Amino acid sequence: MNPVLRWFHQLGSPPYFDRFAARWAPWCYGLGALAMAWGVYGALFQVPADYQQGDSFRILYIHVPCAWMSMAVFALMAVYAAIALVWRIKLCEILAMACAPAGAAFTVATLATGSIWGKPMWGTWWDWDPRLTTELILLFLYLGVIGLYHAIDDRRQAARAAGLLAVVGIVLLPVIHYSVTWWNSLHQGQTISLFGESKMDPSMLPPLWWMVLGTHVWFVGSLLARARADNLRREAGKDWAAQAAGAAS
Amino acid sequence: MTPGLRASAAALLARDLRLVWRRRGDALQPALFALLVVVLFALAAGGEREALARHAAAVLWLAVLLAGLLALDSLFRGDAEDGSLEQWLLAPVPLPWLVAVRVFGHWLTTSLPLLLAVPLLGELLFLPRAQLPVLMLSLLLGTPLLGLLGAVVAALTVGMRRAGILVALLALPLYVPVLVFGAGSVAAAAQGLDAGGALLLLGAGLAAALVLAPLAAAAALRIAHN
Repeated sequence: MNPVLRWFHQLGSPPYFDRFAARWAPWCYGLGALAMAWGVYGALFQVPADYQQGDSFRILYIHVPCAWMSMAVFALMAVYAAIALVWRIKLCEILAMACAPAGAAFTVATLATGSIWGKPMWGTWWDWDPRLTTELILLFLYLGVIGLYHAIDDRRQAARAAGLLAVVGIVLLPVIHYSVTWWNSLHQGQTISLFGESKMDPSMLPPLWWMVLGTHVWFVGSLLARARADNLRREAGKDWAAQAAGAAS
Repeated sequence: MTPGLRASAAALLARDLRLVWRRRGDALQPALFALLVVVLFALAAGGEREALARHAAAVLWLAVLLAGLLALDSLFRGDAEDGSLEQWLLAPVPLPWLVAVRVFGHWLTTSLPLLLAVPLLGELLFLPRAQLPVLMLSLLLGTPLLGLLGAVVAALTVGMRRAGILVALLALPLYVPVLVFGAGSVAAAAQGLDAGGALLLLGAGLAAALVLAPLAAAAALRIAHN
């Protein structure tokens, strides 16, 4: 068998995943923290102040990566949930549900930093504009997935029901992403692009990419740690779980 | 012999309608609830004619949406409790089809009476006459859409004894776009703009939901009953 494919199949086994997550989660947390620390340093000390917005634009170095993550994590959750629904892979159920709290946290961070930035710039904490509203809806979707997962007693059934909600909710994701383009919005349009030329000054970009990298790696660490905890809880009755927890066999 | 799609739909619809007819009072509940919302809003706003008229369409949309949310619980609950839902799952007829028929029956018995009451409720709130046709059209497109989206939520929570606030939390993000475009179409008409765009989007949403929502709700019912 192809070694990559074999590794992939092995990863689906709960004991193997437990060891894998235990090994890699601290690395992800560490590297993510380093990248974010370097990004924050660059954002606060190296980047010049904006000619229009002064120093308050610097919050975008947290706002933008969090906003990207809030949507990317939802998409990832829906992909895991779809895989879990179709092929009934237990680990994918766990991973999908582990995405939800992290994604909700990114969404809250996006809304909070956005409104802190909005107060000096727009003169208001909140505005019922499409971008803000859709981001709020995204938060409710995350809360719905988390709430549904914890409302059903049977863990596998709960994960499948909440996963179905995530798959249904994915319909709204393009609306959130394109809301700035489709409707007149107080929120500014897209200024940063991965491919092609960004409308931001190049000197302002490197810390942003460090923050983006940092949040991604940190998220992977959080995903592994959460999934590992849920995995252990589900497998609590098994021998390997007791041994991994240090119990005498 | 397995019943055809049409025969099974007719049987299910006849059963649903007969059940509602035996308990006629229940069918008036959504309209009564909407009336309460309207009355309470009018009293809270102080009964000033211009202020009421300005917000009339939005309040009516909200009242219809909340009444529909309240009626969601009865969509599958009775069948889950008396075991008919298991028969649905075992039936040789596609489950999404049965779900679609049930949603239609539910719409007939909960939303249609409400829609008939809307002109009356509009009078209570001094809704400008010119806005009434757009409001009715948007509600006519919007309420089946709300029902279809709600069916997915109701199916997800069918196994739970106390779904309560969870149903509202799950339905809210799905309902928001419908509310925005539904109330938006009337607001656009009130400002003398073209309401067509929002109405077309509602119609597009309805067409998509007609196809996809029964499938999703059927999948959710299967999950809930393993």
